[in-house]
Amino acid sequence: MLGNILIYFVVVPILMMLGIYLSRNRAQIRAVAVTGSLVLLGISTWLVCEYLRLRAAGFDAPMLFTDTWCWFAPLNINLAVGVDGVSVAMLMLSSIIVFAGSFASWEIPQPKAFFLWLILLSTGVFGFFISIDLFTMFMFYEVALIPMYLLIGVWGSGNKNYSAMKLTLMLMGGSAFLMLGLIGIYYNSVVDGEHTWNIVKIAQSHCLDNTGWQYLFFPLTFVGFGVLGAMFPFHTWSPDGHACAPTAVSMLHAGVLMKLGGYGCFRVAIYLMPQAANELAWIFLILTGISVVYGAFSACVQTDLKYINAYSSVSHCGLVLFAILMLNTTAMTGAIMQMLSHGLMTALFFALIGMIYGRTHTRDIRLMGGLMKIMPFLAVCYVIAGLASLGLPGLSGFVSEMTIFVGSFEHTDFFHRAFTIAACSSIVITAVYILRVVGKLLFGPVYDEHHLSLTDATWWERLSTVTLIICVAAIGCFPNFFVDLIKFTFSSRIFAAIGLN
Amino acid sequence: MDYSQFLSMWQEIGLLIVFLLTFFYDTFAPRKALGAIGGLTCVLFAIFTGFGFTGWFMNGSDAFEGMYQGSMAITTIKNILNIGTLIVLIQSIKWADSDFVRVRRGEFYELILLTLFGMYLMISAGHFLLFVIGLETASLPLAALVAFDKHRYESHEAAVKYVLTAVFSSAVFLFGLSFVYGIAGTLYYDGIAAQLIAGGASGTMLIVALAFVISGFGFKLSLVPFHLWTADVYQGAPTPVTSYLSVISKGSAAFAFLVVLWQAFGPAYPQVWEWMLYALIILTITVGNLFAMRQRNLKRFLAFSSVSQAGYIMLGVIGVNELSMTALMFYILVYIFSNLGAFGVIGAVERATGKVDMSAYNGLSKTNPRLAFTMMLAMFSLAGIPPFAGFFSKFFIFTGALEVGTVAMYVLVFVALVNTIISLYYYLLVVKAMYISEEEPQVAAFTSTASERLGMAVCLCGIVALGIASPVYTYIYNAVNTSISNDIVASLLTVIIP
Repeated sequence: MLGNILIYFVVVPILMMLGIYLSRNRAQIRAVAVTGSLVLLGISTWLVCEYLRLRAAGFDAPMLFTDTWCWFAPLNINLAVGVDGVSVAMLMLSSIIVFAGSFASWEIPQPKAFFLWLILLSTGVFGFFISIDLFTMFMFYEVALIPMYLLIGVWGSGNKNYSAMKLTLMLMGGSAFLMLGLIGIYYNSVVDGEHTWNIVKIAQSHCLDNTGWQYLFFPLTFVGFGVLGAMFPFHTWSPDGHACAPTAVSMLHAGVLMKLGGYGCFRVAIYLMPQAANELAWIFLILTGISVVYGAFSACVQTDLKYINAYSSVSHCGLVLFAILMLNTTAMTGAIMQMLSHGLMTALFFALIGMIYGRTHTRDIRLMGGLMKIMPFLAVCYVIAGLASLGLPGLSGFVSEMTIFVGSFEHTDFFHRAFTIAACSSIVITAVYILRVVGKLLFGPVYDEHHLSLTDATWWERLSTVTLIICVAAIGCFPNFFVDLIKFTFSSRIFAAIGLN
Repeated sequence: MDYSQFLSMWQEIGLLIVFLLTFFYDTFAPRKALGAIGGLTCVLFAIFTGFGFTGWFMNGSDAFEGMYQGSMAITTIKNILNIGTLIVLIQSIKWADSDFVRVRRGEFYELILLTLFGMYLMISAGHFLLFVIGLETASLPLAALVAFDKHRYESHEAAVKYVLTAVFSSAVFLFGLSFVYGIAGTLYYDGIAAQLIAGGASGTMLIVALAFVISGFGFKLSLVPFHLWTADVYQGAPTPVTSYLSVISKGSAAFAFLVVLWQAFGPAYPQVWEWMLYALIILTITVGNLFAMRQRNLKRFLAFSSVSQAGYIMLGVIGVNELSMTALMFYILVYIFSNLGAFGVIGAVERATGKVDMSAYNGLSKTNPRLAFTMMLAMFSLAGIPPFAGFFSKFFIFTGALEVGTVAMYVLVFVALVNTIISLYYYLLVVKAMYISEEEPQVAAFTSTASERLGMAVCLCGIVALGIASPVYTYIYNAVNTSISNDIVASLLTVIIP
């Protein structure tokens, strides 16, 4: 069992939790967290290289590194793992953000409990991305959700009781839809004479195609994951949740957890039921289109830094789902790039906001100003994050959004064109709110004289932000690398089933 | 008569031996040595529980011409109930040693063992006569147990309510049985099923009969609308008795209900009782949840939570297949550990401070972190959060129900799923009070006794390990699998699933 590299994405976090449980003081906890996240970073880097090597060597199975261990035999539940380009990219993203998140919570109160929950959350995230068995996937998905309640409730700020409860209940509500859909898929997919939870087997056998059930299960699974992907009108947990969460949790949540939604929509809803996706896409295109534009407009009128960013996340994550629903290679590649790009830059944003808030003790942009003079390092980082967000060439946002819109425009009918143009307008609106914040917060006169005595970033804060900036720039400068990484994912199977491309 | 038939009643005989040993010790031991009776009962019962898993007991067989039934599944459910009873016994040692109870503590253990004996008979019955004997043997000692805190007014009130409900439900049940006898001319389960197949499994008489029989069970299981006694009795009864009522009594009744419905009334599934049960499940889960949200007394809170949990357990009865039966037994097992974990904490806090209100748990994580942690995991497990056992049991019970595959069943499971979200809300309220609330802690730090700690540790292990450790589930599945070929529900399966 331990011969498969993928299982270490779950084993290492569990060992980290054990180590943190046994730690006696803050120094040891930090040591365990940093070592563990470095190991994870190492494993995922190795995985990327190895994956690319195998693909170059001609392995063209839909999933590599696959393995299956029997778990609940009577129900055919297995612990089945395997990765393709998208999963590899998501694993890389997660380990980068866990790494940056450990540094961002360097001085959190009650570090032991905090890190235990945080690592449990990341166990769920990693487990989710390596699973190709619907049951284990769902289980890890829920493992990732519940720690949020305590992380926000105990370490959060503001109206945290309300936000934590709202977030947990809405996300669990989504998983209620999901569970029904997944069990339904299980009973309606017969491979080799028995039901199966295995995604690859279901996809290869086309057993859900041409059945009436897929028109029930597609909406169930898409909405189930879409709640986590902040799809309108199920996005309302996101601004409150993000605003009240502590820094590292906001980072992980916006950076990785919301990607679970997009990834799940792609991997389960569309990958297994492309026909239903093709026919029902218009409903969800309308909803996600609203997310994109509405999220951006909402961000314009917020005054709390975290709320601005949370609504911006709604807009950007909406774009991910929007692009996936376009059902063509270009737009889907863009969607995956957008997941990576948004994950990194939102994590960067939330890290910076946490650092600024830790100094000024306010997140209201009306009560701050001229921070460029006071904390130049953080301010410059904030500008870079902002530029990435509004899609400046050379940074990640440009590449992904460009790809998405080019892909969306490949559809020639009026409906798709109209919605693409509407979604494009979000780029402009993004520029409005980003530049407004940058202008007010960083430049302009110093608002509060007490702020003049504040210090710039410490070394651990610099490490955390620089890591993320390097990654954002890397995607922006070398997009082809990432395109190569994920291109194998879009097998002809999805498109063959719906007669596209 | 072939007296060797008694040998297939191994478990009943074993339990009687434990009971008699306890009884004789209580009667004849010198006054000074009486303090050991709690420990002695636990040890004896633990040995007995252990024996249940050995090969001797596993191969139950029918006896007395089908009056008594035995099979792997029946042995397994008895073992599961034994584990739960053992935990209750361990948790109650400290309470039984308290000032008001000490003089009568022998009776406490004896009565608990007697009710368990009654439940054994209920589960093993293949004839309604034996079933009713078991039912009464289980109910009457329980009423005495509910009244055990003689010094508390609420305990009396609860006992009276319990007795009246139990008697009333028995009467309703027996009235239904008279109709059944009128239809089938026999009270053997298999005989009734055969008559239903031969004479048509529908008709007004049968509907009336089943309505009464199901109502009788509804009272035992506290299904809505027969649940009104639950909260008052749970609140008034001593905490160990409440925990016993909520898991063991409920678990045994649920399994007996399954056997009766599948084996005796299986042929009437599509026409008659599927829809009765369907409505009951939706009502039970929803009403239980809605009422649980408003409770501030934790025992009342868990009472309504157990009402809604009973609805989930019934999902295992309505989905007629092996997976459902396995899931039902697994659910009962997991529910035992989760609920007893919660009651263990409530019992410990109540013993130390006398408080059972939710407000008393504000900030408990600061003063008593271990108790708070146990409580939190128990709540997570009850709400069905992975990786704790409750998630697996809920998932399996939904999977079992959905194997039926009708649209109606999808709707039912969807209602149940929406209700898990509602239930998550109130389970999280407890977690919130313990971990998030910033009010002054009301409960000072105190040390739990060894027996309390042991009880909670066992529950914690169960909550954490039962789901992940798949052999437990597979073991139950195999037991069910062999029993079904053994004919316990084979008659039903041939009728419903051709």
